[in-house]
Amino acid sequence: MDLMVAIYTLFIVILVIFLGFELISKVPSTLHTPLMSGSNAISGITLLGAIVLVGISETQVSQWVAFAAVVMATINVVGGYLVTDRMLDMFKSKDKSK
Amino acid sequence: MMELVSYLGYLLATCLFIFGLKRLGSPNTARQGNIISACGMLIGVLSTFIQTGFEGFQLILIGMVVGAVIGVLAAKLIAMTAMPEMVALLNGFGGGSSLLVAFGAYLVAPQIGAVTAAITVVSVIIGGLTLTGSIVAWAKLAGTISTRPFSFFGQQVLNALILLGLIAAIVIFSMDAVSHITLLYAVIGVALVLGVLSVMAIGGGDMPVVIALLNSYSGIAAAAAGSVIGNVLLIVAGLLVGASGLILTSIMCKAMNRSLANVLFGGFGSVSSSSQSDKDQGEVNPITADDAYFVLEAARSVVIVPGYGMAVAQAQHSVRELGDILEEHGVNVRYAIHPVAGRMPGHMNVLLAESNVPYEQLFEMDDINPIIDNVDVCLVIGANDVVNPDALEDEASPIYGMPIIEVSRSQTVFVMKRSMNPGFAGIQNPLFFKDNTRMLFGDAKESLQALIGEFKE
Repeated sequence: MDLMVAIYTLFIVILVIFLGFELISKVPSTLHTPLMSGSNAISGITLLGAIVLVGISETQVSQWVAFAAVVMATINVVGGYLVTDRMLDMFKSKDKSK
Repeated sequence: MMELVSYLGYLLATCLFIFGLKRLGSPNTARQGNIISACGMLIGVLSTFIQTGFEGFQLILIGMVVGAVIGVLAAKLIAMTAMPEMVALLNGFGGGSSLLVAFGAYLVAPQIGAVTAAITVVSVIIGGLTLTGSIVAWAKLAGTISTRPFSFFGQQVLNALILLGLIAAIVIFSMDAVSHITLLYAVIGVALVLGVLSVMAIGGGDMPVVIALLNSYSGIAAAAAGSVIGNVLLIVAGLLVGASGLILTSIMCKAMNRSLANVLFGGFGSVSSSSQSDKDQGEVNPITADDAYFVLEAARSVVIVPGYGMAVAQAQHSVRELGDILEEHGVNVRYAIHPVAGRMPGHMNVLLAESNVPYEQLFEMDDINPIIDNVDVCLVIGANDVVNPDALEDEASPIYGMPIIEVSRSQTVFVMKRSMNPGFAGIQNPLFFKDNTRMLFGDAKESLQALIGEFKE
């Protein structure tokens, strides 16, 4: 990574951190768990990295490492979104529940 | 051309993640927000396939099918009460994957610049820490291992040495990455051990902070891995999670009036058990379900304060049933939820939502405390530390300064508790000895059922 790319990346990094703080700081505590598991599912984004890695792997070892990364990230993504959806399905307002 | 399509896809995915997180912030739109965010993930995956020209598609597909099957089964089969450990475990997988991505990228192309080399090590450290830390958190939450903080002599020193060693490793590795593969293996090993040690040292009551922090770590690990392989979507999405996890961590810490450092290195439970003598607090006043019924029936407003004990007894449905019956009797029923009640942020809210308590009836601590003087009955169900008046009155108490739900200011307090054993922190609770407190001993679910039975007669 050359220096200019590093600097540009740093710009993105700073902006995203501020954005993340802004997005979350006003969430009511009722939603803390779904928020956490929902953002947890997003952290499974590393799946994309794993996919790229499988594509560029040449040796057996790196291929298995990449494969394991795909499996683990997919568990995180699929499990994370489904669990969050299951939880949010239960959050009901009074008039909707009956 | 394909590159452009793929990058536009990433841009779209980023927008969807941001909208999704935004919508997760309100109960009415939260479910939709989660689905939007999932669409972002799908678009991200498709764009990546376009970018790589479906290279290695077969192997990836097998991996994704295996992962998806495990993920679906886990998400469908898990009980709502087991949600904290489930979230912890899923989180660990994300961290583990980031570790492998950064490590694998190095295996494929070891000729990397100093910055990338340093980030590779950082990614491996945080990923490894998240993996084993989450697994230990899972085991603690599931009750597989003791929730008591585990510490040993010289632990702080060891942690400091490990930290220094890791920093040294980053420096050495960034100077010459190619010839130091053994060093990278060592770093992975140390990071895995560090994850175990650091979470082992934390008590069960501090779990909400740890879960939120591990969540943040997994995002940071993903961002670092993204920087290693040069994928901008990984950096953006990972950092969004990292930042949101940090906010949540700090909210949890504030709710306990403790600094993050204190939670991580304080060894809370081990200190407090010795300092707190069993001073004579007076008599407790037990009450039977029969007598409690008469008081509740005459009440006009009732506040229910749930805690971890409700989760253990799986009593959330009985709680709702009693709440409904009280409402039918014209009682104003509210639920007061302490930010760190339970074992993860918002734990109580999820359980009460499961039993169909409308979220309008759920109140935060700061909304309940100003009006608690006018409440006839506070019903404390399996909560202990979050209603302990020592936090306000006793400067020597280890939880002094923690904001609590001030139940003792209401007319009458009923405490449902299995026995007089102090909570996990080993702190005695003077609330139980107050004149307006009545103890309803027994399993929370059975006590609630007994009360419901009284109302139905």
